[in-house]
Amino acid sequence: MFEPLTWALVALSLVAMVYAIVLAARDRRIDWWLLGLLGVVEVLLLAQLVVGIVQLTGTDRDVSAVLFCAYLIGSLIILPIGAFWALAERSRWGAGVLAVACVVVPILELRMYEIWAV
Amino acid sequence: MVDATATRQGPGRVLIAVYGLFALAATSRAAVQIATDFSAAPVAYVLSAVAAVIYCAATFALARATRVSRKVATAAIVVELVGVLAIGAFSYAVPEDFPDATVWSHFGQGYLFIPVVLPVLGLLWLRRTASD
Repeated sequence: MFEPLTWALVALSLVAMVYAIVLAARDRRIDWWLLGLLGVVEVLLLAQLVVGIVQLTGTDRDVSAVLFCAYLIGSLIILPIGAFWALAERSRWGAGVLAVACVVVPILELRMYEIWAV
Repeated sequence: MVDATATRQGPGRVLIAVYGLFALAATSRAAVQIATDFSAAPVAYVLSAVAAVIYCAATFALARATRVSRKVATAAIVVELVGVLAIGAFSYAVPEDFPDATVWSHFGQGYLFIPVVLPVLGLLWLRRTASD
């Protein structure tokens, strides 16, 4: 795996999660800063998908391709679905939904890192 | 007066988001397990698939938030609670049937024990919104 991309994704999604929790705690709704940050994370996730598949075809490691691709694709759909579900909520709980969505990204990235490292 | 739509508002939205997440996780886990190596642990993999169906039903029923769907959600979440307790107990008692984990093995240990907490929260939330 291309590690800098993985760690950047872990770090940025954790920053977004903390920001979402701060918004929810202060009884604020989702703002453009949060959505912008999630947009950046989503673009990096897309890059991770491309890089991941390219590396998968070129590696001689014994990585389960089905499992690895399931994580790559799964990580890509979390934030759009989370944003869709969060934007319909006109209270602090919308930011709460995005905090949940954000915490999933580092979990999936770390699982992929584990699968790759085996 | 029962506000039937209450299950998908406020904190309920976060609850449904977590349910949706587990629906996704359980469905993908079962699909990968069954597609790649079904004979390795048929009991565990079938139960993975059952868990996936329950999570999907609970997610959609909570999100639909009608009077009928409240009943569907309650039924699904009760089955979920029984399932996570039963599979949790069996996975300790008969480990040879569970060489590969399901979402509910060891009371959801692989998922930070969220699977055993979630149905309790779900039932509390259904009760809370029913009395509004």
